[in-house]
Amino acid sequence: MSSTYLILSILVMAVVTFFTRAFPFLFFIRKKPPAVLLYLERMLPPMIMLLLVLYSLKDIKPLAKPYGIPEAAAIILVVLVHRWKSNTFVSIAAGTVLYMVLRNLLGA
Amino acid sequence: MSPLKKAFVSSLPVLFGYVPLGIAYGFLLSQSGIPWYFAGLASIIVFAGAAQFLALGLWSNLAPLPEIAAATLLLNLRHAFFGLSLLKKFSNTGKAKAYLIFALTDENYALLSSQEEMEEGQKKRYYLTLSLLNHFYWSAGSVLGALLGAVLKINLVGLDFALTALFIVLALEQYKKIKKLKPFVIAIISGVFAFLLPFKQILLLLAISTGTILLLLTRRREE
Repeated sequence: MSSTYLILSILVMAVVTFFTRAFPFLFFIRKKPPAVLLYLERMLPPMIMLLLVLYSLKDIKPLAKPYGIPEAAAIILVVLVHRWKSNTFVSIAAGTVLYMVLRNLLGA
Repeated sequence: MSPLKKAFVSSLPVLFGYVPLGIAYGFLLSQSGIPWYFAGLASIIVFAGAAQFLALGLWSNLAPLPEIAAATLLLNLRHAFFGLSLLKKFSNTGKAKAYLIFALTDENYALLSSQEEMEEGQKKRYYLTLSLLNHFYWSAGSVLGALLGAVLKINLVGLDFALTALFIVLALEQYKKIKKLKPFVIAIISGVFAFLLPFKQILLLLAISTGTILLLLTRRREE
C-alpha cells in the first residue's frame, strides 16, 4: 500500500463526502427532492450496511478449519447482545472478544 | 448559558461515542500496517466514520480509486438529505457555512436538527463550536488509537472482527428505523450475485450497484 495511493484515496473520499453534504445547499434550495431519491435515501443505508457485513466476511473458508465457526458464533452474539442492551460499544466488544478467543482456541 | 458552554454540553454524548469509535478506527488502521498519521489525516479531512471504516476494508484489497469513490458516494448519499432540513438554520452563518456543511456527520446532524432556533448572534457560535468539538473528538480518538496500535506491536488475531461487528450493529439500527426486510433481502441477493462474478477487485461496487438497481426495479408506487 503506497503512501500516494492512501493520500489519493483519502482525498477522493473527502471530496465525495463533502459533495454529498453540500448537495442540498447547491441544488435543492427551494424544491422538494424527487420521490425516487427519497426512497433511495431510506433504502440504501440498510442495504449497504448488510453488504458491508457480507463484504467483511468474504474471505471465510467454510470448508477449511475452523469452518467459519468463530464468525457464526460471534455474529449471533453481537445480534443477541445488541437486542438485549442496545449499546453499540458493548455489542462490538462482546462479539470481538468471543471471536478472538475462538480464533485462538480453534486455530487460525 | 453562553453558546460555547451550551455547545460543550450538547457535544458530550458525541464525545463518548466518537472517542472510543475513533480509537477503534485508528487501532485497526495501524494493525493493518498503515502508518498512524494516515488515521489523523483521514479523520481531519474526510470526517465520515462509516466511510473511513469502509475504506480500511477496501484498502486491504487495494481497491481502485473509482471503486472507493463510488462506495463512499453511495454510503454517504444519506448526507445529501441532511441539508434539506438545515437550509434555513444554516442561513446567515456567513463564512462558517462551508465548514458547518463539511462537518455534517450523522451525529452532528442529529444534534443540529433537533436544536431549537436560537438568536442569530448566538446561533453561529453555537453551531461552529459544536462542529469543531465533534471534529476534534473524532480526530483525537483516531490518532490516539493509531498510536496505540503502532506502539503495541502485538498482532491481535481476530481484532478486525470489530469492523464486522460495527456493521452488524449499524444494520440492526437501520432495521429498527425502517422496519422493512426488503433492503436486507436485496443486499443478500446482490451480495451473492456479485460474489459469483469474476471481478473480485470491484466486488463491493458491483454488489452496491446491483442492489441499487434492484431497489429501483422493486419500488412500489407508495414507497
